[in-house]
Formats: sequence, C-alpha cells, structure tokens
Amino acid sequence: MKIDPIHQFNIEPLFTIGHIGNQTIAFTNSSLYMLVAVAIISLLMLASGTQLVPGRLQSVAEISYEFVASTIRSTAGSEGMKFFPLIFSLFMFICVSNLVGIIPYTFTISSHLIVTAGLALLVFFTVLIYGIAKNGVKFFKIFVPHGVPGYVLPLVMFIEVLSFFLRPVSHSIRLFANMLAGHIALKVFAGFVAMLGFSLGAIGWVGGVLPLALTVALYALEILVAFLQAYVFAILTCIYLNDAIHPGH
Amino acid sequence: MAESHGGAKGPAAGAHTEADGGHHGGGFPPFESSTFASQLVSLAIFFVLLYVIVSKLALPKVGGAIEARQNKIEGDLTEAQKLKDQSEAALKAYESELASARTRAQAIGNESRDKANAQADAERKALEEQLAAKLAEAEKTIASTRAAAMSNVRGIAADAAGQIVQQLTGVVPDAASVNAAVDASLKG
Repeated sequence: MKIDPIHQFNIEPLFTIGHIGNQTIAFTNSSLYMLVAVAIISLLMLASGTQLVPGRLQSVAEISYEFVASTIRSTAGSEGMKFFPLIFSLFMFICVSNLVGIIPYTFTISSHLIVTAGLALLVFFTVLIYGIAKNGVKFFKIFVPHGVPGYVLPLVMFIEVLSFFLRPVSHSIRLFANMLAGHIALKVFAGFVAMLGFSLGAIGWVGGVLPLALTVALYALEILVAFLQAYVFAILTCIYLNDAIHPGH
Repeated sequence: MAESHGGAKGPAAGAHTEADGGHHGGGFPPFESSTFASQLVSLAIFFVLLYVIVSKLALPKVGGAIEARQNKIEGDLTEAQKLKDQSEAALKAYESELASARTRAQAIGNESRDKANAQADAERKALEEQLAAKLAEAEKTIASTRAAAMSNVRGIAADAAGQIVQQLTGVVPDAASVNAAVDASLKG
C-alpha cells in the first residue's frame, strides 16, 4: 500500500471548453468544485426564506451576512461597505470550497496556487485601481508613514513599496500553503493507518490506533483551518481595502 | 506536459494526462503550468457568476430581510410605547374621574344630610311649640280648676266654721266675722 498524498491535488479535465492560443481550456474537477461552491452559496443565500423569525437555513445566511458586514465595518469603516459584495463573495467562496474540500474524496480548489493567486491579484488590483481613482496621488501616501525621520525615509519607503507589492504573494501563499499542507498531513496520517494494518496484520491494526487518533484530531483542526483561512483572507482584503479608502493612516 | 495537455481533446486524452500527472516524476499538480489557464478561466467564470448572484440577488434579499426585521421590531416598540402611553392616560383619566366623583358624592351627602337635619329641626321645633302650647293650656286649666277649688274650699270652710261655732256656742255667728277668720287662717 503506497501513500500518495499528492494524488488528491490532480487536475483532471472533464471536457474541453475551447482553446486560447495553444492552451486547451478544459472544464476540470476544479471547475466542478467551483460550480459546487457557487451552487451551495446561492442555495444558502437564495433558498432560505425571508421570514420574520428565521429558520435554520435563514439563520445561517443571516449570520454569514452579519459576520462579513461587521468584519468590514470594524476594519475598513462604513465606507468599506462598498466592497461588501466582493468581500462576501471572497469569504463565502473560500470558506465553502474549503469546507467542501475537507470531505474525503473531494477536491480543494484553494489547494492550487494559481486559484489563490488569482483571488489575491483580484484584491491587489482592486485596491490599486480604486485607491488611485479615489485619492489620486494621495494614494501613494501609504508608502510614506507619519513621523519617520528624513534620513531613514528612503529606506522605509523602499520597505513599504516592497511589502505592498509582496502583498498578493503572501495573501495567496498563506491560503494555498495552509490548505495544501493540511490535506497532505491528513492524507499521510490516514495512510499510515491502512499501511500499518495491511503490512503488519493484527499488530498493525492495533498500532494504527495512534495515527487514527491523530487523523481525527487533524481533521478537526482542518475544519477550523478551512474556516479560519477564509476569514483571514477576507480580513486581509478588508485591511488592504482600508488603505485604498483611507490612505495615510 | 503542456503540449500533451494542449493537444488533449476529450475525456480519454484527459485521463491519460491525469495518469501522467500522478506518476510522472516531479509532477506536483499545483505547479503544473499546463492546468493554469483552465483553472484561471473557470475561476473567472465562476467567481464573476458568484459576484453577480451575491451582489444582485443574495445580499439585497438577506439584507432586506434583516432590515425588515429591524423595522418591524422598532415599529412594534413604538406601537407598544404608544399603547403604554394610552393606557397610562386612561388610568390617569380614570383616577381623576374617580376623585371628582368622590368629591361630588361627598357634596351630595353633605347637602342631603344638612337638608335632613334642617327638616328634622323644623319638625322638632313645631312639635315642641305644639307641646308647649298644650302644656300652657293644661297649666291654665289646672290653675283655674285649683282657683275654683280653692274658692269652694273657702266657702266650705266658712260654712263648716259657722256650723262648728253654732254647735259649740248655740249662737249663729256673723257671716262677715266667720269669713274674716277663715281668710285669716287660710293666710296663716
């Protein structure tokens, strides 16, 4: 029994949509799970009623709404509510796809760097374009912190500019690496159970209790991480957008 | 790798690619650039779809429900406050009505008691006057009767004195001296 913790990340084309240049654009398992995430979110938000006393589904929808709204208000102020649909979409998309991905035999969209990078770049360019469109040249004040002595200012500015352009990198890799590492660890520990059992017989099955317990614990942790990384992604988006809304803070 | 995937046109070729990706040395799926375009395109499609659904349908609906609830709660609270004010006003009106009714009742009671007292006084006075008149008349009758009786007594006494003197002395006394003696003894 060979452990193959990487297999779960394979992209499998289901059918071809078309071609861009010499690249084939296929509807892959990743696309399928994106569709699943969109469908779950739509179902949650649209199929739940609008009753005065909410049912379970409606409560979940309203709690999600209030949760994201309060996160934006506390980090980016009430002006940040302009980006409510964007941040809500990001949070729900990542959270739901992560939670779906934690189910065995499913695929995790955010375990691919290209997807998280796409989302992070979307945020990056939204911040950049909105910041410049709203504040003009004043937007670049975010690179010039207050109260820094003149002689270290060039160095500080260099660091600020560098960190600004590295934001999408850290933003995307944080999510990607967390999901990837968590899924690999789960697969490895779960694989130990089967491997011990099949290779050592009865002793192996008894010995497999320890990795099984670890797998259960890791699974719980991964559920937390799935939600937490979506929240971290959303709150970082809010913080970056806050720079675009209120530069010079 | 990119070329083989680029040439793939269908599930069969796709399966072949997958087998390649699984067992080809160094084929770490997240870094296989041949899949990037597909993933980015589907991400763009589905994220834009999600954004449109969320911004046009989901958030207005859920936000509307939350706002409707808040409005309903606020409306109910103001309604309750209004009703409370109304009931307090009614209570106040009731209390003032009660107080005025009580004073009115007291006034009526006083008035009727005074009237009854006055009537009773008048009746008593009339009765007393009547009784006094009767008493005076009776006294007058008694006085006249006694006077008459007294004058009779004098006559009888005079007669008796004359008879006694005659019996004792055999002389009929003078009527005038007998009367004078009776008068003197009556006075004495």
